[in-house]
Amino acid sequence: MLRIDRAIHDAIVGHAREDHPDEACGVVAGPDGSDRPERFIPMLNAARSPTFYEFDSGDLLRLYREMDARDEEPVVIYHSHTATEAYPSRTDIGLAQEPNAHYVLVSTREHGERTGLAGDEVEFRSFRIVDGEVSEEEVEVVASYLFGHSPTTVVYD
Amino acid sequence: MAIEVRIPTILRTHTGGNKTVEGSGATLAALVDDLDSKHPGLKNRLVTDEGKLHRFVNVYVNDEDVRFTGALDTEVKDGDSVTILPAVAGG
Repeated sequence: MLRIDRAIHDAIVGHAREDHPDEACGVVAGPDGSDRPERFIPMLNAARSPTFYEFDSGDLLRLYREMDARDEEPVVIYHSHTATEAYPSRTDIGLAQEPNAHYVLVSTREHGERTGLAGDEVEFRSFRIVDGEVSEEEVEVVASYLFGHSPTTVVYD
Repeated sequence: MAIEVRIPTILRTHTGGNKTVEGSGATLAALVDDLDSKHPGLKNRLVTDEGKLHRFVNVYVNDEDVRFTGALDTEVKDGDSVTILPAVAGG
């Protein structure tokens, strides 16, 4: 199960809306072994594409250096699908290389700015992807997460 | 002195769980061969059957992505620091 703070959940959804129709991507880092997604880090999609995402190689190195220095790991790796459901594509499965991460998929295919509908929805789902096997997990969005575990940092872009 | 190599989580099954290992060689290709002799299977995860670096594995020598410095032909020396990171990518 993925337990994630409301503010971080909303930040991921906001990033996906903002970058639509391109895919948005990023990480939520947390202390090593804690399974707590605490530090929201939106990344640039170097592919700038509606069908592909990739972290820039220099950004990737800086990100991992920084997480290493802070004894963190990527607890959540998120990206958006802009025309299809929030489920890992074959490419996502083939390229998933963080067996400990929660892979969060967000779909903006029906979000308001695109459809103009009042009750717009952005799908938000979480998966484990290990050795090519996908398993969906429950997502629990909690309001008090930030206050229950201190100190913590949320970096808003 | 040797060359320090940082191993990503997904490849630590080959290094007994170690985050960093040491190796030697004059080029990245030679270093990878040396690492593979101590940690069997590692080379296969980094290099394709055609002898090229996998597209979705990033290797850096002292912060420089080797794609821009000659890939497997990149020269390395004692004291260098090599970092291996799987790409974060998808569709």
